[in-house]
Amino acid sequence: MATKFLDITADSCPMTFVKAKLQLETLGDGQSLEILLKGEEPLENVPRSAIESGYRVDSIADNGDGSHTLVISKS
Amino acid sequence: MAESKKLSLIAFSGDFDKAIAAFTMASGAAAVNYQVNIFFTFWGLNILKKKKRRGTQGNGALAKAFNYLAGGPENLPMTRLNLLGAAPRMMTRLTRKRNVATLKELFEASKALGVNFYACEMSMNILGLKLDDFIPEVKDVIGVPKFLDISSGGETLFI
Repeated sequence: MATKFLDITADSCPMTFVKAKLQLETLGDGQSLEILLKGEEPLENVPRSAIESGYRVDSIADNGDGSHTLVISKS
Repeated sequence: MAESKKLSLIAFSGDFDKAIAAFTMASGAAAVNYQVNIFFTFWGLNILKKKKRRGTQGNGALAKAFNYLAGGPENLPMTRLNLLGAAPRMMTRLTRKRNVATLKELFEASKALGVNFYACEMSMNILGLKLDDFIPEVKDVIGVPKFLDISSGGETLFI
Protein backbone atom coordinates (compact mmCIF):
# COMPACT_ATOMS: atom_id res chain seq x y z
CA MET A 1 0.00 0.00 0.00
CA ALA A 2 1.56 3.29 -1.12
CA THR A 3 1.84 5.94 1.57
CA LYS A 4 2.16 9.66 0.98
CA PHE A 5 3.50 12.05 3.60
CA LEU A 6 2.43 15.56 4.58
CA ASP A 7 4.01 17.77 7.25
CA ILE A 8 1.74 20.59 8.40
CA THR A 9 3.49 21.33 11.70
CA ALA A 10 4.73 24.69 10.40
CA ASP A 11 1.33 25.73 9.05
CA SER A 12 -1.53 27.47 10.76
CA CYS A 13 -5.26 27.69 10.19
CA PRO A 14 -6.68 27.43 7.57
CA MET A 15 -3.73 26.00 5.61
CA THR A 16 -3.47 22.96 7.91
CA PHE A 17 -6.94 21.84 6.79
CA VAL A 18 -6.48 23.08 3.24
CA LYS A 19 -3.25 21.13 2.67
CA ALA A 20 -4.68 17.99 4.29
CA LYS A 21 -7.83 18.14 2.18
CA LEU A 22 -5.96 18.75 -1.09
CA GLN A 23 -3.52 15.90 -0.39
CA LEU A 24 -6.32 13.52 0.58
CA GLU A 25 -7.99 14.27 -2.74
CA THR A 26 -4.92 12.93 -4.56
CA LEU A 27 -5.17 9.49 -2.92
CA GLY A 28 -6.10 6.52 -5.04
CA ASP A 29 -8.02 3.53 -3.69
CA GLY A 30 -5.99 1.72 -1.06
CA GLN A 31 -3.47 4.55 -0.69
CA SER A 32 -2.69 6.18 2.64
CA LEU A 33 -1.60 9.62 3.73
CA GLU A 34 0.61 10.07 6.77
CA ILE A 35 0.12 13.53 8.27
CA LEU A 36 2.46 15.09 10.81
CA LEU A 37 0.66 17.88 12.65
CA LYS A 38 0.95 20.03 15.74
CA GLY A 39 -1.77 21.65 17.87
CA GLU A 40 -5.22 20.79 19.15
CA GLU A 41 -7.26 22.24 16.32
CA PRO A 42 -5.80 20.23 13.44
CA LEU A 43 -5.67 17.16 15.70
CA GLU A 44 -9.40 17.46 16.27
CA ASN A 45 -10.55 18.66 12.87
CA VAL A 46 -8.31 16.95 10.29
CA PRO A 47 -9.46 13.42 11.20
CA ARG A 48 -13.05 14.55 11.65
CA SER A 49 -13.31 16.14 8.21
CA ALA A 50 -11.46 13.17 6.66
CA ILE A 51 -14.04 10.77 8.11
CA GLU A 52 -16.84 13.05 6.88
CA SER A 53 -15.34 12.87 3.39
CA GLY A 54 -15.38 9.07 3.47
CA TYR A 55 -11.73 8.37 4.38
CA ARG A 56 -10.63 5.98 7.12
CA VAL A 57 -8.41 7.10 10.01
CA ASP A 58 -6.10 4.14 10.62
CA SER A 59 -4.06 5.54 13.48
CA ILE A 60 -3.28 8.60 15.56
CA ALA A 61 0.08 8.50 17.34
CA ASP A 62 1.35 10.97 19.94
CA ASN A 63 4.98 11.68 19.12
CA GLY A 64 5.64 13.06 22.61
CA ASP A 65 6.93 16.39 21.38
CA GLY A 66 3.58 18.10 20.90
CA SER A 67 3.14 16.65 17.44
CA HIS A 68 0.94 13.77 16.30
CA THR A 69 1.12 11.45 13.31
CA LEU A 70 -2.12 10.49 11.62
CA VAL A 71 -2.50 7.80 9.01
CA ILE A 72 -5.56 8.23 6.82
CA SER A 73 -6.57 5.85 4.04
CA LYS A 74 -8.88 5.87 1.12
CA SER A 75 -10.92 2.71 1.44
CA MET B 1 -20.24 14.36 3.73
CA ALA B 2 -22.91 16.39 5.48
CA GLU B 3 -24.72 18.11 2.61
CA SER B 4 -26.26 20.77 4.84
CA LYS B 5 -22.97 22.47 5.69
CA LYS B 6 -22.93 25.68 3.72
CA LEU B 7 -21.23 29.06 4.07
CA SER B 8 -22.01 32.03 1.85
CA LEU B 9 -20.01 35.23 1.94
CA ILE B 10 -20.93 38.61 0.53
CA ALA B 11 -17.59 40.16 -0.42
CA PHE B 12 -18.48 43.85 -0.60
CA SER B 13 -15.12 45.25 0.43
CA GLY B 14 -12.19 45.44 -1.93
CA ASP B 15 -9.83 45.93 0.99
CA PHE B 16 -6.77 43.74 1.31
CA ASP B 17 -7.26 42.75 4.95
CA LYS B 18 -10.97 42.07 4.51
CA ALA B 19 -10.17 39.93 1.46
CA ILE B 20 -7.78 37.93 3.67
CA ALA B 21 -10.65 37.45 6.15
CA ALA B 22 -13.01 36.37 3.37
CA PHE B 23 -10.64 33.86 1.80
CA THR B 24 -9.52 32.52 5.19
CA MET B 25 -13.14 31.74 6.02
CA ALA B 26 -13.81 30.42 2.52
CA SER B 27 -10.81 28.10 2.24
CA GLY B 28 -11.05 26.94 5.85
CA ALA B 29 -14.72 26.09 5.49
CA ALA B 30 -14.23 24.38 2.13
CA ALA B 31 -11.40 22.33 3.62
CA VAL B 32 -13.75 20.94 6.28
CA ASN B 33 -16.38 20.04 3.71
CA TYR B 34 -18.60 23.10 3.62
CA GLN B 35 -20.11 24.18 0.35
CA VAL B 36 -18.80 27.74 0.05
CA ASN B 37 -20.22 30.51 -2.10
CA ILE B 38 -18.85 34.04 -2.43
CA PHE B 39 -20.98 36.80 -3.91
CA PHE B 40 -18.65 39.60 -4.98
CA THR B 41 -20.31 42.99 -5.12
CA PHE B 42 -19.15 46.60 -5.48
CA TRP B 43 -15.46 46.96 -4.54
CA GLY B 44 -15.26 43.22 -3.96
CA LEU B 45 -15.33 42.80 -7.74
CA ASN B 46 -11.79 44.23 -7.87
CA ILE B 47 -10.58 40.95 -6.37
CA LEU B 48 -11.89 39.05 -9.39
CA LYS B 49 -10.45 41.27 -12.11
CA LYS B 50 -8.33 39.46 -14.68
CA LYS B 51 -6.05 42.49 -14.94
CA LYS B 52 -4.00 42.31 -11.75
CA ARG B 53 -3.21 46.02 -11.46
CA ARG B 54 -4.85 49.23 -12.64
CA GLY B 55 -6.84 49.01 -15.85
CA THR B 56 -9.43 51.05 -17.68
CA GLN B 57 -12.20 48.48 -17.87
CA GLY B 58 -15.75 49.71 -18.28
CA ASN B 59 -17.78 51.72 -20.71
CA GLY B 60 -17.68 55.51 -20.43
CA ALA B 61 -15.14 57.87 -18.93
CA LEU B 62 -16.54 57.76 -15.39
CA ALA B 63 -16.62 53.93 -15.20
CA LYS B 64 -13.09 53.76 -16.62
CA ALA B 65 -11.92 56.32 -14.03
CA PHE B 66 -13.51 54.36 -11.16
CA ASN B 67 -11.98 51.09 -12.36
CA TYR B 68 -8.59 52.68 -12.85
CA LEU B 69 -8.59 54.25 -9.38
CA ALA B 70 -9.95 51.10 -7.71
CA GLY B 71 -7.38 48.87 -9.44
CA GLY B 72 -7.21 45.08 -9.45
CA PRO B 73 -6.30 42.29 -7.01
CA GLU B 74 -2.73 43.53 -6.64
CA ASN B 75 -3.84 47.06 -5.74
CA LEU B 76 -6.14 46.23 -2.84
CA PRO B 77 -5.59 48.75 -0.04
CA MET B 78 -5.50 48.04 3.71
CA THR B 79 -8.54 49.19 5.69
CA ARG B 80 -6.21 51.02 8.09
CA LEU B 81 -2.56 52.08 7.93
CA ASN B 82 -2.39 51.66 4.16
CA LEU B 83 0.85 53.71 4.06
CA LEU B 84 0.23 54.90 0.48
CA GLY B 85 -0.15 51.32 -0.73
CA ALA B 86 3.00 49.92 0.90
CA ALA B 87 1.21 48.20 3.79
CA PRO B 88 -0.26 45.21 1.85
CA ARG B 89 3.24 44.24 0.67
CA MET B 90 4.61 44.66 4.20
CA MET B 91 1.76 42.55 5.59
CA THR B 92 2.41 39.85 2.97
CA ARG B 93 6.08 39.71 3.98
CA LEU B 94 5.10 39.48 7.64
CA THR B 95 2.55 36.71 7.11
CA ARG B 96 5.06 34.71 5.05
CA LYS B 97 7.67 35.14 7.79
CA ARG B 98 5.19 33.86 10.39
CA ASN B 99 4.19 30.81 8.26
CA VAL B 100 0.70 32.18 7.78
CA ALA B 101 -0.96 31.98 4.37
CA THR B 102 -0.81 35.06 2.16
CA LEU B 103 -3.86 36.46 0.40
CA LYS B 104 -2.68 34.92 -2.87
CA GLU B 105 -2.28 31.48 -1.24
CA LEU B 106 -5.72 31.69 0.37
CA PHE B 107 -7.24 32.76 -2.95
CA GLU B 108 -5.56 29.88 -4.79
CA ALA B 109 -6.62 27.44 -2.04
CA SER B 110 -10.22 28.63 -2.34
CA LYS B 111 -10.14 28.00 -6.08
CA ALA B 112 -8.51 24.58 -5.65
CA LEU B 113 -11.15 23.56 -3.10
CA GLY B 114 -14.00 24.47 -5.42
CA VAL B 115 -15.32 27.59 -3.72
CA ASN B 116 -18.05 29.06 -5.94
CA PHE B 117 -17.42 32.63 -7.10
CA TYR B 118 -20.38 34.75 -8.21
CA ALA B 119 -20.29 38.31 -9.53
CA CYS B 120 -23.03 40.83 -8.74
CA GLU B 121 -24.91 41.87 -11.86
CA MET B 122 -25.96 45.28 -10.51
CA SER B 123 -22.42 46.31 -9.49
CA MET B 124 -21.09 45.15 -12.84
CA ASN B 125 -23.64 47.37 -14.57
CA ILE B 126 -22.66 50.40 -12.49
CA LEU B 127 -18.94 49.89 -13.06
CA GLY B 128 -19.39 48.86 -16.70
CA LEU B 129 -17.69 45.51 -16.10
CA LYS B 130 -18.24 42.40 -18.22
CA LEU B 131 -17.80 38.74 -17.33
CA ASP B 132 -14.76 38.75 -19.61
CA ASP B 133 -13.06 41.29 -17.28
CA PHE B 134 -12.91 38.62 -14.57
CA ILE B 135 -10.93 35.46 -13.98
CA PRO B 136 -12.46 32.33 -15.56
CA GLU B 137 -13.29 30.81 -12.16
CA VAL B 138 -16.27 33.17 -11.84
CA LYS B 139 -19.12 30.72 -12.07
CA ASP B 140 -21.95 33.09 -12.90
CA VAL B 141 -23.26 36.64 -12.85
CA ILE B 142 -26.20 36.75 -10.48
CA GLY B 143 -28.62 39.05 -8.66
CA VAL B 144 -30.05 39.06 -5.14
CA PRO B 145 -32.81 36.44 -5.64
CA LYS B 146 -30.36 33.91 -7.08
CA PHE B 147 -27.89 34.57 -4.25
CA LEU B 148 -30.67 34.03 -1.70
CA ASP B 149 -31.50 30.71 -3.38
CA ILE B 150 -27.86 29.65 -3.37
CA SER B 151 -27.22 30.66 0.24
CA SER B 152 -30.49 29.29 1.60
CA GLY B 153 -30.09 26.84 4.47
CA GLY B 154 -26.56 27.91 5.43
CA GLU B 155 -24.66 30.66 7.19
CA THR B 156 -24.18 34.02 5.45
CA LEU B 157 -21.57 36.64 6.30
CA PHE B 158 -21.14 40.15 4.93
CA ILE B 159 -17.51 41.24 4.62
